[in-house]
Amino acid sequence: MSDIMTAKDLNLWYGETHALKNVNITIPEKSITAFIGPSGCGKSTFLKTLNRMNDLIPSVKITGEVCYNGQNIYDSLVDVNELRREIGMVFQKPNPFPMSIYDNIAYGPRTHGIKSKVKLDEIVEQSLRDAAIWDEVKDRLKKNALGMSGGQQQRLCIARALAVKPKILLMDEPTSALDPISTSRIEELAIELKKSYTIVIVTHNMQQAVRISDNTAFFLLGELIEYGETEKLFSQPTDKRTEDYITGRFG
Amino acid sequence: MRSRFDEQLNILNTEMIQMGAMCEEAIALATKALTTGDLSLAEKVETISEDIDQMERDIESHCMKLLLQQQPVARDLRQISAALKMITDMERIGDQSEDIAEIITYLEGKTAEETVSIRDMAAETISMVTDSVDAYVKKDIELAKTVITHDDKVDEYFDRIKSSLIKMIAENPENGEYALDLLMIAKYFERIGDHATNIAEWVIFSVTGEHKNS
Repeated sequence: MSDIMTAKDLNLWYGETHALKNVNITIPEKSITAFIGPSGCGKSTFLKTLNRMNDLIPSVKITGEVCYNGQNIYDSLVDVNELRREIGMVFQKPNPFPMSIYDNIAYGPRTHGIKSKVKLDEIVEQSLRDAAIWDEVKDRLKKNALGMSGGQQQRLCIARALAVKPKILLMDEPTSALDPISTSRIEELAIELKKSYTIVIVTHNMQQAVRISDNTAFFLLGELIEYGETEKLFSQPTDKRTEDYITGRFG
Repeated sequence: MRSRFDEQLNILNTEMIQMGAMCEEAIALATKALTTGDLSLAEKVETISEDIDQMERDIESHCMKLLLQQQPVARDLRQISAALKMITDMERIGDQSEDIAEIITYLEGKTAEETVSIRDMAAETISMVTDSVDAYVKKDIELAKTVITHDDKVDEYFDRIKSSLIKMIAENPENGEYALDLLMIAKYFERIGDHATNIAEWVIFSVTGEHKNS
């Protein structure tokens, strides 16, 4: 499996606060990589550096590189909109736009210049199918997305992210606001999606990391402490801090 | 923060020590019954073996509960899964002690020179069982490794006893049945040594995460 993203000596400051310290990591494509660690450890911050979401925060300073397919995404030549099309994001709280289910999905493709109704219909159906929600919503595509349940809204957001044909899907605690059934749907969906996409997920639920991810990275105080195969990390962690965290001895 | 879990793990450890002690007692009594011909001791072994079976059930359900409630990872997971495997070996040790005791009842109080070697073999296996459980409790890999090397000694005892029993039959064919009974007893001790070795291997897994056969 080849690597799709690589961070090299990545440092990030929020003003004076050194939030990420020399992070080095390679993320293999078509797999699920989980980031775990206590609150404030930098895992969400690091996730956001992968598609430059931190650009939106004024006081942020970044050094080092994040390479996507060999290209440093912080290079001035990089088109950020194009980058975010290729590296999509799903957030903790489902955030559908206040419009119809159809328009939520068609929004991205339309922004990228697709106008043909036939083409849009096709993208909407395929995206909703890929997000395992088509059967639930196919008869009410014109209804407002805000009328859906939380779990459905989250899958809609995944479908919306898929509509622009990304390569990577970043998920920031995508199930923390969901009930167990919706959670397991999203988990199964993630496993299904990794056949075609690379998924990076931040989770506070360690059992979730164990259940779905191939690799796990443990962050603490802005440092990447341990990174490796999930099964190995959760059965024989090499760093004592990892062991202490995952066994609940601190954090 | 996780004091309840630690307390539950401590209870598990105590139960493992108890079960280990019961195994030692079963082997010791069976050996004593063999050398003294005291059949009341053989009956006691049966009772202990039943207690060991019960203990296995108790520890098993305790482990299941811990897996369910705590969803353990890393060394906690290894400790609990190793315990689950070890109790199976301990239960077999109990059964084999009982099997030895049962054969003793057929011997009709006969003792012979061979029982001396068997007694040495028994002493060796008892110490293997004691040490393997000790190694688990103390997370002592070196002690576990010692147990594993001792299994060769037990195997040697078995070969030696076998040869002398062959000789016994050749010299005195009417002793055939008696010799075979003794051979069975030696074989059970040899198996007990194997179970102690298994336990020691799980101790190493529990500490290092690596099992010999993986």
